[in-house]
Amino acid sequence: MAELVTPAERRRLFTLLSPAYLWLLVAVFLPLSAMLFFSFLTDMPQDAPDWGVTLGNYAEFLTNPTYSTLLAKSLKLAVTVTFFCVLIGYPCALVLAKSIKGRSREALFLMVILPFWSNSLVRIFSWAIVLRGNGVLERAINFVLPFDVRLNLMFTTDAVVIGLVHSYLPYVILTLYLALQAVDDDLIDAARSMGASKLTILRRILLPLSLPGLLAGAVLVFVPVVGSFMEPRILGGRMGTYYGTVIEDQFVAVYNWPLGAALSFILLAVVIVILAAASPVLKRAQT
Amino acid sequence: MSRVDVANVTKKFGQAVALDDVSITFEDGGFFALLGPSGSGKTTLLRTIAGFYFPEAGTIRIGEQNVETVPVEKRDIGMMFQNYALFPNMSVADNVGFGLRVRKTPAAEEKRRIAEALELVQLGAMANRKPSQLSGGQRQRVALARAIVTNPRVLLLDEPLSALDKTLRVDMQIELKRIQREIGITTIFVTHDQEEALTLSDRIGILKAGRIVQAGPPREVYDRPIDAFAAGFLGEANWLPEAALSGLSLPGSPGGRRFATRPEMLSISAEAPGEGRNAVKGRLQQRVFAGAMATCLVDVAGQQWKLVARDRDIPELPGGGEVWLSWDPADTLAVPA
Ligand SMILES: Nc1ncnc2c1ncn2[C@@H]1O[C@H](COP(=O)(O)OP(=O)(O)OP(=O)(O)O)[C@@H](O)[C@H]1O
Ligand SMILES: [Mg+2]
Repeated sequence: MAELVTPAERRRLFTLLSPAYLWLLVAVFLPLSAMLFFSFLTDMPQDAPDWGVTLGNYAEFLTNPTYSTLLAKSLKLAVTVTFFCVLIGYPCALVLAKSIKGRSREALFLMVILPFWSNSLVRIFSWAIVLRGNGVLERAINFVLPFDVRLNLMFTTDAVVIGLVHSYLPYVILTLYLALQAVDDDLIDAARSMGASKLTILRRILLPLSLPGLLAGAVLVFVPVVGSFMEPRILGGRMGTYYGTVIEDQFVAVYNWPLGAALSFILLAVVIVILAAASPVLKRAQT
Repeated sequence: MSRVDVANVTKKFGQAVALDDVSITFEDGGFFALLGPSGSGKTTLLRTIAGFYFPEAGTIRIGEQNVETVPVEKRDIGMMFQNYALFPNMSVADNVGFGLRVRKTPAAEEKRRIAEALELVQLGAMANRKPSQLSGGQRQRVALARAIVTNPRVLLLDEPLSALDKTLRVDMQIELKRIQREIGITTIFVTHDQEEALTLSDRIGILKAGRIVQAGPPREVYDRPIDAFAAGFLGEANWLPEAALSGLSLPGSPGGRRFATRPEMLSISAEAPGEGRNAVKGRLQQRVFAGAMATCLVDVAGQQWKLVARDRDIPELPGGGEVWLSWDPADTLAVPA
């Protein structure tokens, strides 16, 4: 197709696409290059007149093991959150796409999307109210059970995972819903007519055919969770120091923008490397 | 390979009755076509036999087994779908082998039977392709191979050829008939296309509003329709106007009955025909040439009649002029009014 475009057509295409490119330039490329520039500075130009260019911010990541430890911790958190999002999201999407028809589907859909409509801070603080000692969850459990239960979920890694899973679950459900919705019901009927059980249909037809959607959803969760800082800070307390919170500190507390920028770009590079390593799998899933 | 007995089956969707006390027998090894207008319940009947729907009343037997409460997974049927329904993530061989794998067939036997089935539909060379790399006709064959590879007791087809174009469809009809004869499987076939039904099947059932109107061999249904609906649905019927009945030789008395002729039974002439033939007078509206055959549309007492004959058998006639349509009295159809 692309070879067939004549020069005149290419010019017209360029004219048509130029607003989009301009927008990309202004909204993505410029801020990113500014950040990239900052990451090589010793100091911010407006604060210190004697600023210079350095690789020191990147060297800091390599010499101080705290950063790589925190990055590993954040990656582990992202893997855990992605895992639970898929584990909970897949059955939800499956039920939405294949079992429920008509009005009740719309109602359920609304409930899935609802977290999107609420402010994320409000959402996280609601979790704080639910999870804290003697909070809503503990009281409810103690109300039902005869013996005393102390959960102490607040300010633990578990609390961070719960908050993040809740925030990002809709992405997984929506992408999986779209993928499963696209699977023709006749395929399922055909498999049933050949004697396949529900489990066989899931394993040999639905899972393979929804794998691209599953991977897309996983990426949508994984990438932002590696750099997340709000949920860890509010729900994690003392346990909530992650790579994302350290970057945030550089920008809002320590005012070391060059180091914050360098750490951000290292994160970006790591995420790109991970996605690149996963892309053969992604490609294979699509054919 | 088994005979299928459907007895007094009623199937409702909410308040709507899709099948209304249907009883019909599908003979062992027979090729049965279900015909009927849209919404008459053909698909519902087929899917009830398959086990996707459970009837509210009545019994279904496949062979010696009562199956009305057995789910589709356990009914041991083969089914072919209108849009092929091939698994896009599997090769042709894996598609065909799906049912065998589910039944835990030993690997060597599985391989042999996949090869046999693909050979039967003449697709031996395509085993490793993906469905997306096949033409429409080839996909259809894969779907057929997949439906029969497990030696099911009955083969169910819901308008399997309607997605194909005309020439391919005729090829596939011949192919389908050949394969059905070769393996002798009881086959139930849903179609809109009466020509397809007549060429393929050895029995036909006509459905209307969830009821079987008439069932029997194609010739019998065509020559002796049970009512006006069957006469008009399978083939075309020219209805004799009440006023024209006197003076014609009819099978039985006209009381409470309607009479008709088939377009291909008629001959047309400018003068009144001789003794021994039934004839009506009309006005020639149009003569349509279609290669070997021609169609004449004639206005008979305000009704439009249709005549189909070899073009060379139709004399030159003045357009808009008076003509006589005549037929052998034995070819008159009679149905209850
Ligand atoms: N799943 C369903 N839910 C509700 N009503 C249905 C369902 N399936 C079929 N019906 C109704 O049952 C009747 C028979 O439908 P069916 O699909 O069997 O018709 P059909 O003869 O196959 O028509 P067509 O030639 O258009 O395919 C129709 O009135 C239809 O609206
Ligand atoms: Mg139908």
